[in-house]
Amino acid sequence: MKGPDFLLEQVGRLKTRMGAFFVGSRAVFRGRDLHTELKDMDWAELYVFGITGRRFSPAQLRLMQSLWTYTSYPDARLWNNRVAALAGSARSTGNLGIAAALAVSEASIYGRGVDIRAIEFLIRTKKHVDDGGSLADQVEKELKAQRSIAGYGRPIAAKDERLVPIMALAEHLGLADGPHVRLAFAVKEVLIAGGWRQHLNYGGLAAALAADLGLTPQEYYLFMFPAFLAGMAPCYIEAEQRPEGSLFSLACSHIQYQGQPQRPWQPPR
Amino acid sequence: MSTENPIHTRIWREEPESDNPFAMRTAYCRGYDVYGEMLGQSRWVEMLTLLFRDAAPTKAEADLLEALAVVLANPGPRDAAIHAAMCGGVGGSTSASCLMAALAVGAGQYGGGREVLLAMEAWNACGTDLDLWRQRLAAAPPEEVSIWPAPEHPPGFDPHGMSTPTPVRQALACFAHLSPGTRLPWLEKHRADLESATSLPLSLSGVAAAALADLGFTPEQGEMLHLLLRLPGAAAHALEQRRHGYKKFPFFAVELEDDPAREGT
Repeated sequence: MKGPDFLLEQVGRLKTRMGAFFVGSRAVFRGRDLHTELKDMDWAELYVFGITGRRFSPAQLRLMQSLWTYTSYPDARLWNNRVAALAGSARSTGNLGIAAALAVSEASIYGRGVDIRAIEFLIRTKKHVDDGGSLADQVEKELKAQRSIAGYGRPIAAKDERLVPIMALAEHLGLADGPHVRLAFAVKEVLIAGGWRQHLNYGGLAAALAADLGLTPQEYYLFMFPAFLAGMAPCYIEAEQRPEGSLFSLACSHIQYQGQPQRPWQPPR
Repeated sequence: MSTENPIHTRIWREEPESDNPFAMRTAYCRGYDVYGEMLGQSRWVEMLTLLFRDAAPTKAEADLLEALAVVLANPGPRDAAIHAAMCGGVGGSTSASCLMAALAVGAGQYGGGREVLLAMEAWNACGTDLDLWRQRLAAAPPEEVSIWPAPEHPPGFDPHGMSTPTPVRQALACFAHLSPGTRLPWLEKHRADLESATSLPLSLSGVAAAALADLGFTPEQGEMLHLLLRLPGAAAHALEQRRHGYKKFPFFAVELEDDPAREGT
């Protein structure tokens, strides 16, 4: 069935396996009663269950939450956080500022754009190596196609302060030695040996840990949505508490103009 | 005044008032005095074009962009982006959130900004060469790992369509007549050939993409303009539903296929 016949089938109702609420009586979440079967889940566990439909062990959930925790920086200079802070300074609402800041976190050089490419690369590369392929060849091929490898290198600094605490926790939880984590470090060695100066960063290690937890690229991408969230609210709050319009003040002279010289306006012909 | 950490731009220059370095005395857009000369003399679409490129549009370009703005202003309340804006309006959400909702939904590959970008990339690759278009439309979309879902239909065509809708043909005819470029007239002439190659009818996104390409915009600029120009309808419909209230707004029936209550009985 296609075209209008297919669309006619969809009119007026939601057909779903994901859940529904029944006014005044109950709510169903992925086939479970939210208020009885799932009532003891904490929020992060429910969030992961909503994405994957699977349950994870306490150790796995602890590691997953720490992937958010260890990259939650309340630094209003960071581009995404700055959006939340500017919203506070401009006296917009907290929801608008933080929602926009989260949307902005879907960037190509950090955040969600890197996450999905990093985990896909690691899963694909592991399969390639498992099938008998050469890791060095795969790395070279990726660099040729993309000019960089998601999860390696960093826009504003070479060293990534998040790696040590994440690995320490993963080791403590017995989750540090999965095949994707080992692969992520092996790729780093290939890059360094090849003179590429692209060290493993947080995005690469987090993606490797998530792949070892069995997350697919899409599951990981959605899981990481709140990764920066905890650092954003403080940025909004402080900016909202300062005098309005005073955050990151820019004088006219801060605009460094590089365009056309002054010219008279003439109505187009 | 320190000018460390400046903003680099070739779009905008400002001169301050003598008593306050933060108060603007004059602003120049691409070298034109905005408040001193453009104000009262330039059309909105001329300003809009100028923001994206150095050269002011010709009259023909401005006329085409204005016609496109009329076509895109309101996709109507059945459109998913407008529906999203109305979901904000009906619950009394902030005005900005209604527009953010329209932008988020209207950003996609089915009738949204991303579809326009992909269609404009196709124009850049194929131009007005029918053989190149046929090859591209016959080929599977490139596999790319991205935040965007995998494309499910050739951009610029309606995957649920049966024939070219009247407004699509009307818009194409109008734009082809106005266009200073080559793509719109070519598209009007070869619409049936392309539709035959895809077995799908042309969509309004496809016509918009051709118009934006004929206006000389890059795919990224076209995506932005498509997002921007569809906001008026989202705003108006959101406010209308805010007035009407939720009791007059559709709340659909649900068929829960995995219901623990049903399994237990």
